Amino acid sequence: MQSLGLDVLFKGKNLIRLLGGLWVAVRISLFSVTISIALGLVLGVLATGRSRAFKAVFRVYLEIVRIMPQMVLLFVVYFGTTRVFGWDLSAEVSAVIVFSFWGAAEMGDLVRGALVSIPRIQYESAEALGLSDGQVYRYVILPQTVRRLIPLSINLITRMIKTTNLVIMIGMVEVLKVAQQIIEANRRSSPNAAFGLFAVVLLLYFAICWPISRLAGYLEKRWA
Amino acid sequence: MENALLEIKGLKKAYGEHVVLDGIDLSVNKGEVVVVIGPSGCGKSTLLRCVNALEDIQGGEVLLDGEPVRRDGKDISRMRQKIGMVFQSYDLFPHKTVLENILLAPTKVQKRPRAEAEKEALALLDRVGLAGRKDDYPRQLSGGQKQRVAIVRALIMHPEILLLDEITAALDPEMVHEVLQVVLGLAKSGSTMLIVTHEMAFARAIADRILFLEGGRIVEESREPKAFFERPATDRARQFLRTFEY
Repeated sequence: MQSLGLDVLFKGKNLIRLLGGLWVAVRISLFSVTISIALGLVLGVLATGRSRAFKAVFRVYLEIVRIMPQMVLLFVVYFGTTRVFGWDLSAEVSAVIVFSFWGAAEMGDLVRGALVSIPRIQYESAEALGLSDGQVYRYVILPQTVRRLIPLSINLITRMIKTTNLVIMIGMVEVLKVAQQIIEANRRSSPNAAFGLFAVVLLLYFAICWPISRLAGYLEKRWA
Repeated sequence: MENALLEIKGLKKAYGEHVVLDGIDLSVNKGEVVVVIGPSGCGKSTLLRCVNALEDIQGGEVLLDGEPVRRDGKDISRMRQKIGMVFQSYDLFPHKTVLENILLAPTKVQKRPRAEAEKEALALLDRVGLAGRKDDYPRQLSGGQKQRVAIVRALIMHPEILLLDEITAALDPEMVHEVLQVVLGLAKSGSTMLIVTHEMAFARAIADRILFLEGGRIVEESREPKAFFERPATDRARQFLRTFEY
């Protein structure tokens, strides 16, 4: 069997550089996911409310997010708006804006779906016991909503983490780009490095996403 | 009537054009068990739901101890604490254990000390034969067990009146008996109840008074359940009762 080119990984500071790249991806995800969850909760609750205007706007927003490729959104924000509006957005801030814009819409829809899936009788039997509206939400509706949300939002979060590598297209150097650079730099001495390094990148993504999905499984079981 | 606990006067309920309750007058005395029967869609469940203001009404009023029960009223929580309700099914909170289900309202709404409420909860659970199930989740219980827990959850609030809305309708036949047995026990101990049911034998056994509802009106009222079931006074009640024969 030919060498897998894994030796390149341990040359110089390559491993550190790769992990540094991973940190960039994780950092963007962390910000985007946090903002998405916070905004998504608000949007989802509002989307089950009475305002028809809000529902219509939310619908359009959701469709836009679903139809537009994230990469085009990134280009619009990073190359487009910076020119037109003359503001100075770093690639990382642009990325967080785009991924949050996407995540908040999807999260909002998940929250909305989870809220409407709670049967009417749950509200009514809580009200019949004399609970106030706030208590009904706090003790009865939200705990059930959160339990339903966990598996769905974990799916969204891991999707967002995996999609962060699009930031390469606006010039950011994250884990995948670092791997590419290392492979390029060692093309002569270690032509097989592409296999080994990209495989390592896969493993790194796995190492990030797997614990999250395990945690979701654990919570789901505990709360089932 | 002097000692009417619950008074319903000229109650009207409509969904848009569709009139569900068309002027209901009813008073229930303390300790009385009133059973409402009638064909499906006659408004009997809606009547119960109007009593504790789960529905908004288009006319008339509901008074408990002479105080109005109104959906938008400031003290609706206080009024609802006096009115216990058990639904057809699926109304236990699935994320809470039996004990947590029962203790939620007494500790959070009535602000009673947990230890005292828990002691009472366990005694009530024992009374309905579920002492050993306090830490189970609703999904671990049978339908009949769930309904008994729902009854305990209502009872621990010390309601002045209990509303039972077809509480056996979603149960397997062998579960019906255990639930109705508990309700019969409550009637014997003097609880005031307004009951909607399709179990005619049960209605006959428990009722102090029978109301036959059709088309949103009280068509026949009888203080003698036995006589009502044997010789209903109105044709419509007779026709309705015939549908239970084979």
